[in-house]
Amino acid sequence: MAATTPLLDRRLLFVSGKGGVGRSTVSAALALFAAEQGKRVLACEVDAKGNLADFYETGPLRFAERELSPGLWAMAMDTEASLKQYLSLQMKLPLVARIGPIARMFEFIAVAGPGVKEIVTIGKFCWEVKQRHYDLVVVDASPTGHIVGQLASPQAINELVQVGLVRNQTQWMLDILGDPAKTGLVIVATPEEMPVAETIELSHRVRDETNVDLAAVVVNRVLPELFGRGEEEVFDRLAEDPDALSAAVGGDATLLLDAAGLAVRLRRTRAGHLEHLRNGIDPAIPLLYVPYLFLKDHGLRATRVVAEALGQELGT
Amino acid sequence: MTTPLKDRRARAGAGRLESLLAAKEIVIACGSGGVGKTTTAAAAAAMAAVRQPGRVLVLTVDPAKRLATALGLEGFGNEATRVPDAAFREAGAQPRGELWAAMLDTKQSWDQLVRRHAPDPRTAQQILTNKLYANISGRFVQSHEYIAMERLYELHQSGRYDLIVVDTPPTRNALDFLEAPSRMADFFSSRFLKLLAAPSRNRLVSVASRPFYSVADRVLGSQFLSDIAEFFSLFERMGPGFVQRARAVERVLHDRRTTFLVVTTLEAAPVHEADFFLTSLDRMGFHLGAVVLNKALPPWLLAEAPARLAEALRDSGDATVAELAPALEAEPAQVRRVLGEVAEAYLNYQLVAQREAEQKAELSVRSEVLVTVPAFDQDIHDLAGLLRLGEALFTDG
Repeated sequence: MAATTPLLDRRLLFVSGKGGVGRSTVSAALALFAAEQGKRVLACEVDAKGNLADFYETGPLRFAERELSPGLWAMAMDTEASLKQYLSLQMKLPLVARIGPIARMFEFIAVAGPGVKEIVTIGKFCWEVKQRHYDLVVVDASPTGHIVGQLASPQAINELVQVGLVRNQTQWMLDILGDPAKTGLVIVATPEEMPVAETIELSHRVRDETNVDLAAVVVNRVLPELFGRGEEEVFDRLAEDPDALSAAVGGDATLLLDAAGLAVRLRRTRAGHLEHLRNGIDPAIPLLYVPYLFLKDHGLRATRVVAEALGQELGT
Repeated sequence: MTTPLKDRRARAGAGRLESLLAAKEIVIACGSGGVGKTTTAAAAAAMAAVRQPGRVLVLTVDPAKRLATALGLEGFGNEATRVPDAAFREAGAQPRGELWAAMLDTKQSWDQLVRRHAPDPRTAQQILTNKLYANISGRFVQSHEYIAMERLYELHQSGRYDLIVVDTPPTRNALDFLEAPSRMADFFSSRFLKLLAAPSRNRLVSVASRPFYSVADRVLGSQFLSDIAEFFSLFERMGPGFVQRARAVERVLHDRRTTFLVVTTLEAAPVHEADFFLTSLDRMGFHLGAVVLNKALPPWLLAEAPARLAEALRDSGDATVAELAPALEAEPAQVRRVLGEVAEAYLNYQLVAQREAEQKAELSVRSEVLVTVPAFDQDIHDLAGLLRLGEALFTDG
């Protein structure tokens, strides 16, 4: 499946990846970059315990979206609130108000109906797309282990539930999710063994088990190449004789050479994983590279740097 | 005079893991995703089998094929497989004990559990063939977390192993698997389950709960709702056995023979989570064995003198470059670039090392026992690699 529609021309982007690879940073940066390009963007966090807010250095996110900067809104998914909104929008249910604590009913329905939590989550995002409230919705989605179940939930519901409102609601969601001009999945990976393996596996599962298009793979924390052509040999000769360097700079340079050696080895190990990733992913899928950040903090400043790097990769 | 805390800590860290593994029967490695829980658990177990007599089992909930490969096994499943002594010999080690490995198969474990707790084979069969069973057993009340702890309990009860080292599912919320057994017990004793099971029993639905069905009916459709009800009414019959079992699992986790390793890298997010873990373990009265700081950069990156030297090197004058160029058989421009990169690398990695030191300092006030493990250049592909990591774990770096 060729990724034809440019990433930011889509309407709905799910960002997934193995835990710890920087999924939230990339989500935050993608949304920020799109907003800076003049789009109206909604950044959404699926995990109630997530920390997307930290990457914008803003207070806790709630279900009701809030404008953080011109063109950029953010919200956090709350499945209970989403179901409530869904019921009142779709069913015009005054009943909801009457039956007392919605929490109890929600628990009932969510446990009873497999996929209900997933579908009110996905449903909310699709709804925002359908209503054209935003040009782009960026979802800081579930990790690799859960994203397929989430993206496939409308299909699963379609198969399990024969009648009823949920059943009626799945078709329009499937239409949005399955349209590669509208919806795309972005997988974030780092050039390390397990994240690469999981990314390749996820790319296959997404193709086989969902109708969502894989739009891009973001390779995060790419270490810089220290030496260019011919320079590595120069470095090797330099490292062979630390005393010569020490004498030339007037101090013990052993640790400097050790550190550079460490940097070269770390980069080399990662280069192997990077190649494995390139070979394992359909060549039609764009790979976007984000450098490792040698920065003190991981707040808004880092988000801006990542946004800039993504912007360069996207060629805008 | 008392020993300063810092020295006491240094002494406590070295060898701490070895004595912990010798004294405890269950070691649970927890921490956020991507920090190396599974590998750490396997390395600790392999090292324990080398150093200590007896049977050691590493139980993993992470279905990574890589671990099987590293242990020299074709693949392993719910049933434990022994890692052959030959594999140890190949890795240059002579184990005193035996190393066994097993992987959690969620579906199979649930099936076993149903067979055990169903009042009769017919009910068990009805549950297992219920079309909602597969879908539901995988979802409700943190079933994956529960089944992991349940399987651990069963293996421990079997008495076959002197030590079981287990990793934990990568949950966002640390409490999920610690609380899973008690939640499971609560679930089976709750009015909620009765509500779910009610319609199929054809009893009068109480006035209070009628709105539930009314809304659920409209959302899910009544056929689906009655399928659900049938399933839960079958499931409810397993209640008493289930509750008893879940309580027993909970007791074992709290037992003093059980200890926890909190594994983390020194990046901000995992440390934040480790911190939350430590608070939770403490509050809930679990035993903390050690905090393992994984993939740490070497401490010599923190030295100040090389940093100053790096700055000088970065701004090297023509004289320095000219002095070095002949021996390096390179053009001055090339030498200048190489020197610049060497300097830059030190300064960059020093910043990361400083970031890590700060995280480490924050964690050190939370736990007396910190075990630091260096970042290895190479990934761990075999038993020799696991033992190298195990060695580092046992000797603190």
